Amino acid sequence: MAKLNAEALGKIDLIVAKHKNQAGPCIEMLHEVQDSLGYIPFEAMEKIAVATGTSVAEVYGVVMFYSQFTTEPKGKHVINVCLGTACYVKGAQQLVDRVEKLTGAAVNKTSPDGLFSLDATRCLGACGLAPVCIIDGKVYGNALMGSTFTDEIRRIIKQERGAEVKA
Amino acid sequence: MGEVHIKINNHFVTAEEGDTILEAANKSGIQIPTLCYLKNVIRSGACRVCLVEVKGARALLSACTTPVSEGMEVWTNSERAIRGRKTTVELIMSNHNKNCLSCKRNTNCELQRLCAELGIRQNRFEGEHTPPTFEDASWGIVRDTSKCVLCERCIGTCEKVQGIGILGLQNRGFKTICGPVYNGSFNDVNCMQCGQCVIACPVGALTEKEEIHEVIEAINDPDKVVICQTAPAVRASLGEEFGLPIGSLVTGKMVAALKRCGFDRVYDTNFGADLTIMEEGSELLRRISNGGVLPMFTSCSPGWVRYIEYEYPELLPHLSSAKSPHMMFGAICKTYWAQKHNVDPSKIFVVSIMPCIAKKSEARKPELLTGEYQDVDAVLTTREAGRLIKMYGMDDLDALEDEEFDQDLLGEYTGAGVIFGATGGVMEAALRTVKQKLENKTLERVDFMECRGMAGVKEAQIDLNGQKIWIAITSSMTCAKPLLEDVRAGISKYTFIEVMGCPGGCINGGGQSIVSARKKHGRIGYTYKDRRMKALYDEDRFKQKRVSMDNTQIQQLYNDFLGEPGSEIAEKLLHTTYSPKERFTIVRK
Repeated sequence: MAKLNAEALGKIDLIVAKHKNQAGPCIEMLHEVQDSLGYIPFEAMEKIAVATGTSVAEVYGVVMFYSQFTTEPKGKHVINVCLGTACYVKGAQQLVDRVEKLTGAAVNKTSPDGLFSLDATRCLGACGLAPVCIIDGKVYGNALMGSTFTDEIRRIIKQERGAEVKA
Repeated sequence: MGEVHIKINNHFVTAEEGDTILEAANKSGIQIPTLCYLKNVIRSGACRVCLVEVKGARALLSACTTPVSEGMEVWTNSERAIRGRKTTVELIMSNHNKNCLSCKRNTNCELQRLCAELGIRQNRFEGEHTPPTFEDASWGIVRDTSKCVLCERCIGTCEKVQGIGILGLQNRGFKTICGPVYNGSFNDVNCMQCGQCVIACPVGALTEKEEIHEVIEAINDPDKVVICQTAPAVRASLGEEFGLPIGSLVTGKMVAALKRCGFDRVYDTNFGADLTIMEEGSELLRRISNGGVLPMFTSCSPGWVRYIEYEYPELLPHLSSAKSPHMMFGAICKTYWAQKHNVDPSKIFVVSIMPCIAKKSEARKPELLTGEYQDVDAVLTTREAGRLIKMYGMDDLDALEDEEFDQDLLGEYTGAGVIFGATGGVMEAALRTVKQKLENKTLERVDFMECRGMAGVKEAQIDLNGQKIWIAITSSMTCAKPLLEDVRAGISKYTFIEVMGCPGGCINGGGQSIVSARKKHGRIGYTYKDRRMKALYDEDRFKQKRVSMDNTQIQQLYNDFLGEPGSEIAEKLLHTTYSPKERFTIVRK
C-alpha cells in the first residue's frame, strides 16, 4: 500500500488528538477523517485504534459497517444521486446514466482521472423536488428539467480539464 | 454476593447474584447447549442457541446473557424452548456450507453435534449464502468463512488471551464475515500464529493447514530417510484424538503407532530440549558473567518469537539466540546424524509432530535456514498426527503395545526435556542444569515447585551457588505484556524470563486436541490443562535422569561434534537471529 504523505498524517494526528477524550471517540474521529481526506486510509485506523485502546480489526469493522465511510480515496468532486422511491419514480436512473456518461465514474466508484465520485444515496428528504442530486454539497432539485445540473458538471470538467465535453 | 433462589426445570436452584441463567444452570449440573458462549472470553448472545423459556417473559431469552433474579422460573427443555432452539440451529445451518464429509472438524464439530442432538433431519431453509472467503496463504491457519457461524469466539480469544485482536467482524447484515482487516490473510497482519482461535472455533471455519500428504509422500519415497520427532506436549493430548480421557499419557503407544506409519526413525524432541538447555543455559551464564543484556527471554515458543518481532522489536536483544528444540533437533539430524550414518543430508526429511501451529511457519523462517537446508521439512499438529495414525488403520491407539523411541545417537532424553511442554517447564529444566553446573555437584532436589502451576505469571528468587537471581514465568501475551513493559521501561528485576505463547504452555497449544466448549464448561472444566500438565510431570518423576546435562548422548554429541556449548559450530547450527517485523503489510484487494 502506498504510504500516506506527511500532510495527511499530520491531519490525522490532529483529529485523533482532538477527539481522544470524548465519549465514543472512534466514530467522531472517523467522520472527521472521512470529511477531511475524503476517505479513511489504513494509517488512520491504526492511529485511532491506538488512541482508543481497541484493535485495528475493530476499527476496520466500524468503517466497513457504515456505508458513509470509504477506504478508497474519493474523487475531488462528489456527486450524490438520490435513489429514494420518489426520485426513482421521477427518473433518477436516467440521472445516474447521464452522470456516468459525463464523468466516467460508475455508481459508488470514482472516475479513472480521480475527478468525480458518483454515490447513489438513500432518500435525502427533498422528495418534493424529485429527482434530487447533490454536487459538492449543493442540492439540485428537478434535476432532469432544463440543464442546470448537467451544465454544472460540464463547467467543472471544463475548469479541471480545460476541455469542453460533448454528451 | 447475595444468593438468588430460582427454579430451573421445576428444581430449586440457588444461584449467586449476577450469575446468568447459563452459569446458574451449569453450576447445578444442568447443561444448556451453546455455540458462541466461551467462559471469560465471549458472552455476546450472538448464536441464540441457548434460548430458554422464562416465566413472564414474552419471548424466549438467551441464557448466556440474561441475569438471574429472585423467584425466576426457567425451563430449558420445554416444547417451546426446544422448538426455538431447533429453528435457530436450522437457520444457522441454512447459511453454512454443510460439507461435513470433507471437513477437518467432521465428528468433532459443535454445530454438527447440535444438529444431531436436536434431531434435525432436513435442510429446512434452503436459500441465499453469504459470499464466502477461503484463505490459506499463511503456513499455519486456514480460514473458510462458508463454515463460520459468526460466534465471535476467535475474536474474543485473540483480544482477551493474546491482547492482539487480529480478527473482527466486517460488513453488515447478511454480508457480515469474520477475518483479519481487508478480509486478508493472517500473513499480512501482526498474527503470532498461536492458533488459539483455531481451538476456540466451534466449527471448521478456522483450521490448521495440513501437511499430512507431504509427509505420506516422503514416507513412500524410497530415496528419502524420514525422521520423525515428537514434542513433549503431544503425548499428553494425542490420546484424546482416540477417545481416551484428557491427561492420558500415551508415549509408548504413540511411538508404536508412528513406527507402524513407516517413519525410518521415531525420536523424541526432548533430546532437542536437552540440547536447548545446554545452549540456552550457557548463554544465560555468559550474559550474567559478561554483563550481557538481561533479563534474557526464552526462545522456544515460535508464537512468542513472532509476537516480540511484531510488538516489541526493541527488546529483541533480550531474546535468547538459541533455536527452539525441534529446529535444533532437525539441524543435528542433517549434520551429525547424517555424518555418523553416512547419509546424504539432502535425502533426510525431518517431520516434527508438535502441539503448535506457529511451528509450521517457524520451520520456513528465513533466519532459521542452516546452509541450504530447512532444519525441519514438515510440521504436523497433534490433531494431524491423530489423523495420520487413523488413516493407517490404527483407530484403537489404546490397543497397541508400548514401544520405545529409537535409541541411536539422538534417543536419550531426561525428565527436564519432558516438562518443556508446560508453562514453567523450560525454566525448571534450565535451573536444574545451570544450578548443577555452577555448584559442580549432583543436585539433591531437582524439583522447583515454584515454577509449576497454571498461574499466568509466576516469580521466584533462586539461589545459584550463592548468587541470588529473580526469575519469572509467563504464558499468553496478555499475561506477558506487563513484564515486557517493565523491561522496556528498564525497571524489571528479573534475570531470566520464560515466555510461552499459549496460556498454560504447549499442553494447551493451538495444535493440540480440541476440547469442546461443553467440556470446558462442564465437570472437567478448565482443569484439562492441569491434567495434561500432570501427565508430563509424571513422566519426569519416573525418569532416572532428570537434568539435561546428565544426558550421555548429549555429552557424546558435544565430545564428537559440537565441542562445547556456544562453540563456533554450535552457534552456526543451533542459534539464530531475529529481525523486527512490520505489523501490517496489507495489499489492498
